[in-house]
Amino acid sequence: MKSLLVAYYPILIFLIIAGGLSVMMVVASLILARQRPDSEKLSPYECGFDPFENARIRFDVRYYLVAILFIIFDLEVAFLFPWAVSLRDIGVFGFVSMAIFLAVLTIGFAYEWMKGALEWD
Amino acid sequence: MAHEALPVLAPAAPEMFLAAAAMALLIFGVTRPNGSARLISWLAAFALVLALLGEFALGGERRVGYYGMFVTDSFSLFMKTLVLLGSALTIVMGLKYNEDRGIARFEFPVLILLAATGMMVMVSANDLIILFVGLELQNVALYVVASFEREGVRSPEAGLKYFVLSALSSGLLLYGISLIYGFTGTTSFAALATLAAGTAAPGIGLIIGIVFVVVGLAFKVSAVPFHMWTPDVYEGAPTPVTAFFSVAPKLAAFALFVRFMIVPFAPFLSEWRQIIVFLSIASMALGAVAGIAQENIKRLMAYSAIGHVGYALIGLAAGTEEGIRGVLVYLSIYFLMTLGAFAVILSMRRNGRMVEGINDLAGLSRTQPALALALAIFMFSLAGIPPTAGFFGKLYVFLAAINANLVGLAVVGVLTSVVASFYYVRIVKIAYFDEPAAPFDRPIAAELKGVLIVTALLTLFFFVHPGPLIGGAKAAAASLFLR
Repeated sequence: MKSLLVAYYPILIFLIIAGGLSVMMVVASLILARQRPDSEKLSPYECGFDPFENARIRFDVRYYLVAILFIIFDLEVAFLFPWAVSLRDIGVFGFVSMAIFLAVLTIGFAYEWMKGALEWD
Repeated sequence: MAHEALPVLAPAAPEMFLAAAAMALLIFGVTRPNGSARLISWLAAFALVLALLGEFALGGERRVGYYGMFVTDSFSLFMKTLVLLGSALTIVMGLKYNEDRGIARFEFPVLILLAATGMMVMVSANDLIILFVGLELQNVALYVVASFEREGVRSPEAGLKYFVLSALSSGLLLYGISLIYGFTGTTSFAALATLAAGTAAPGIGLIIGIVFVVVGLAFKVSAVPFHMWTPDVYEGAPTPVTAFFSVAPKLAAFALFVRFMIVPFAPFLSEWRQIIVFLSIASMALGAVAGIAQENIKRLMAYSAIGHVGYALIGLAAGTEEGIRGVLVYLSIYFLMTLGAFAVILSMRRNGRMVEGINDLAGLSRTQPALALALAIFMFSLAGIPPTAGFFGKLYVFLAAINANLVGLAVVGVLTSVVASFYYVRIVKIAYFDEPAAPFDRPIAAELKGVLIVTALLTLFFFVHPGPLIGGAKAAAASLFLR
């Protein structure tokens, strides 16, 4: 059980650094930067929408399309980074797995493209 | 954890074929003009049949692939046969319905193919991670098909409800998996089995992990108290999707449930039996009582499905080889009669529109005697009245429960099935003795007619030659208990 917990030590360090860094950035901007707040700066940013308003408003469904397209490539990169770092250890199997993953992703992208999802008007 | 060699891939060949076929059909479909849904549906059904042949070629002997994470044995062969047949038949049965409703898009069969791939992975999962991957592959496809009639109001609602609740249950399942991993240090069923066999009493953390996974799985098979989504989703989804939901994913989730309880955690039977007994009794009781007030036949089938899950869980609660055989026999018979009942529901068209009310069946025996006869066979079988197949399904699980000293559970099962038979027989009464409503459109589509005739004959004459099914279920159950 102890060795199992020890294996998670890097994650603990990572959490501490991540937490520390985010606190530090907020505090540093409070201390170092000139504070000149106005109502726009203080309102939470919500992709251009008014944050406190009736939620039942019309907006373009293509927002979702862009979001989905973004997620595809976002995930791809999220997987590619650890893959690239550990490629030496995972060998041919890892390489072929990623090649198949990218091929599947490309098929999904080709489907979207041919379906006309990228034509804006 | 560096794996130099390539893993053994052969046992998963049918799954890979299905995934490749789904992608090929997706690209093929998008390059063709509109109106090719029928062609692609047939191609998809053909791909499912090919995958099934592949499974038969692999056979029922135990093969392990992907570093022990994936296993094929008699059990997986048995369940995959049902899952693949169910997927292929629902694609074919839904052809006409989708065309009538103007939702005949080629994505539908492709999504069913992807869901079927996920279900096959679930059935063969021999590791908690693979279990979750298969489950999610299936779920994501199911969310989309549930809301497939996207111009309607009820179908997207059904899809959204299913998505939100299913995501919650997946979260609980994942939490349970993480607890099991945290307290045992492994996700492999084989390693967990060795561990469980060597422990007298499991720690409380492990028990909590198992309970969370059971909650997630109980949601997927819609056992009470995790059944709330079922009636709404069954009613709202397009009828072919409802038929699909009530056969394929339910059976796959049940296969996963059985394998998860038996393969790693059979030594802890006394710990988890009480949970299964509770789920079983609650499902049987709710399915029997709540179905009485229903006026919509799809909603009624949802409560019927909840009740039937309760009966199948009796076999799992027994936890013996005989009990698992009972589960498998029960599930295959449930598969037959549910598919048949949905073929009847899909034939309920009046002036080109689908009707779903139970009262729309009034006097069916005078307007369409053959359809009424098939309906009566399925309803008597669902009620469990001999000599139909449904009776034998119940017989095997009750026998297993009695032999495992769960007499009380068997008694509750018999009592609730008496209550439930009220609403099944009421449908027969409406179809045979009420004043006829306007007749349904004719002719019934050829695909539906085929499914109706075959399932009705198999349900009615199951007792003539039950050997192959019972024998197959016995071999499948035995393969789970090999050590």
